Amino acid sequence: MVMSALAESDAFQVTYSSAINPIAINKMHEWILDIKTSDGTPVTDAEVVINGGMPAHNHGLPTSPKVTQNLGQGKYRVEGVRFHMSGYWEMRVTVKANGIEDTVVISLEL
Amino acid sequence: MLDPKYASSFLLVVVLIYLLFVQLKQPPSWTDAEIETIQSLGISQLGEPPSDPTNAVANDSRAAKLGHKLFFDERMSITGTIACANCHQPENQFRDSLTRGVAIGQTDRRTPSIIGGAYSPWQYWDGRKDSQWSQALAPLEHPMEHGGNRMFYVRYVTARYKDEYEAIFGPAPDLSDRERFPEHAAPVGRTDWNSTWQAMSTEDQNLVNQLFVNIGKTIAAYERLLVPGPGRFDEYVASIRFDEQQTIFDHNEVVGLRLFIGKANCTQCHNGPLLTNNEFHNTGVANFPGEIPDKGRVQGIRDVTDDPFNCVSQYSDARYSCAELRFARTGSELIGTVRTPSLRSLHPPFMHKGQHATLREVLDHYNDAPLAMIGHNEAKPLNLTQLEITQLERFLATLNAPLRTDSNWLKAP
Ligand code: HEC
Ligand code: HEC
Ligand SMILES: [Cu+2]
Repeated sequence: MVMSALAESDAFQVTYSSAINPIAINKMHEWILDIKTSDGTPVTDAEVVINGGMPAHNHGLPTSPKVTQNLGQGKYRVEGVRFHMSGYWEMRVTVKANGIEDTVVISLEL
Repeated sequence: MLDPKYASSFLLVVVLIYLLFVQLKQPPSWTDAEIETIQSLGISQLGEPPSDPTNAVANDSRAAKLGHKLFFDERMSITGTIACANCHQPENQFRDSLTRGVAIGQTDRRTPSIIGGAYSPWQYWDGRKDSQWSQALAPLEHPMEHGGNRMFYVRYVTARYKDEYEAIFGPAPDLSDRERFPEHAAPVGRTDWNSTWQAMSTEDQNLVNQLFVNIGKTIAAYERLLVPGPGRFDEYVASIRFDEQQTIFDHNEVVGLRLFIGKANCTQCHNGPLLTNNEFHNTGVANFPGEIPDKGRVQGIRDVTDDPFNCVSQYSDARYSCAELRFARTGSELIGTVRTPSLRSLHPPFMHKGQHATLREVLDHYNDAPLAMIGHNEAKPLNLTQLEITQLERFLATLNAPLRTDSNWLKAP
């Protein structure tokens, strides 16, 4: 499991880094998201909504993680991340900035 | 003596028999991924209970000693006959053997074991409490459990256990003025106790609440000590880790373990060293006929959010440390869900209302995975054979083990 990885949509690139490495199940922890436009410019005033779940099991996240702090330079603190099963997870990060809304899907194998 | 002419064919037959009946019974050895999963379930992964910063005396041995006394004290009830230990019986995995707990009256759900409870962010089947100290207050005032009121308990404890109480929390306030502190008073329970409570000043109410909370915090300090110890399963985990001759499990137990972590999907929810993710799941366990289905966590999350003794309340010793509550999920996925129980303290009957009398019934239920009455059953039908169900049952039995807690704590002080 990598601690930090990049995922992209048409409009945005999101790099996440987890406070615990490797990500263990049943542990509450934080992430930092680094959000850039597709040309690499930091997105400093994004509205961020986080969803996710296990597609194979057809269920969502066991918590509702939220951005709690804009750290500047395109970095955002996310609190309340916890996974409760091993397997394939998706975190869907919806970014709204500069009049554009797009969702970046982060894949995780826990 | 055997004719040498036949010796080689005799040997061949012996080898064939061995291959057919002995060798075939040995399942292929574990893959690396399976070994990783098995090790994640071992008790050696457990460690100490996570700290509870909301309870400043959680790890104070004086608090645990007082909590131990209170847990076994029948005078901690309006009838003078009910202690926590009447329902959470040390000799029965700190629970009882009933479908639903009974004290002054019958409660709505089955008494859970409290062993290892300190590892869970949530208490109760529906998680309507977010700490052990806050949980401990509820049965004291529940009309079917201890049936009392907080005014009665704080007066009793600060008198009967004055020295112990004061050594932990400092001087206990004088509660002798019956004008300010009536005989009985509480914002919940009987209406006459309600009215005497309403007549008290806010300051005095807060004072009584704080004393009441302190009682809960000592009980929680005691409960934190109840931690499961290693059993035969954990010996097996250690033996595969060191690649020793595997003689601890028999064939059926090994196959049962393989089903548990594989085809039967049990570790989706029963994971980690306590065999629980402490999360809320709908597994389609029907109620007894004629009963309305249990809403489970959808109601529990509302209750804990509004609870005057939750993590963010003024009675919490660390209101900033409430990630579980602040980021708790809500929504329709929680309909009919209850918290996954640990499988380290199995004792019949099973499930949140004791719906299943035997492990066999539990496993038959998972094999069928019926539609849920409300919400939807997350588990899928398994198509296990009767033999496989027996093997799973045999594996579950290997999880039984004595507590790691010193035996002095496991009986009345
Ligand atoms: C009627 C017998 C009874 C008595 C007396 C009783 N309990 Fe319980 N206890 C229960 C039942 C039933 C539940 C589950 C209720 C639910 O989930 O809705 C429970 C749940 C709990 C839980 C949550 C465990 C978990 O894993 O969810 C804890 C902790 C607990 N009780 C501690 C105590 C303490 C401390 C006392 C004494 C102050 C006490 N109980 C008195 C029956 C009892
Ligand atoms: C989707 C999550 C999930 C899966 C998968 C799952 N369980 Fe459970 N298990 C639970 C929940 C939740 C309960 C409590 C249900 C209730 O009381 O209604 C439970 C209860 C139990 C109990 C009863 C424990 C007690 O003290 O009452 C046993 C035994 C058990 N499960 C074993 C298993 C086995 C074996 C498997 C695999 C065949 C399995 N579980 C699969 C979530 C799950
Ligand atoms: Cu899942």
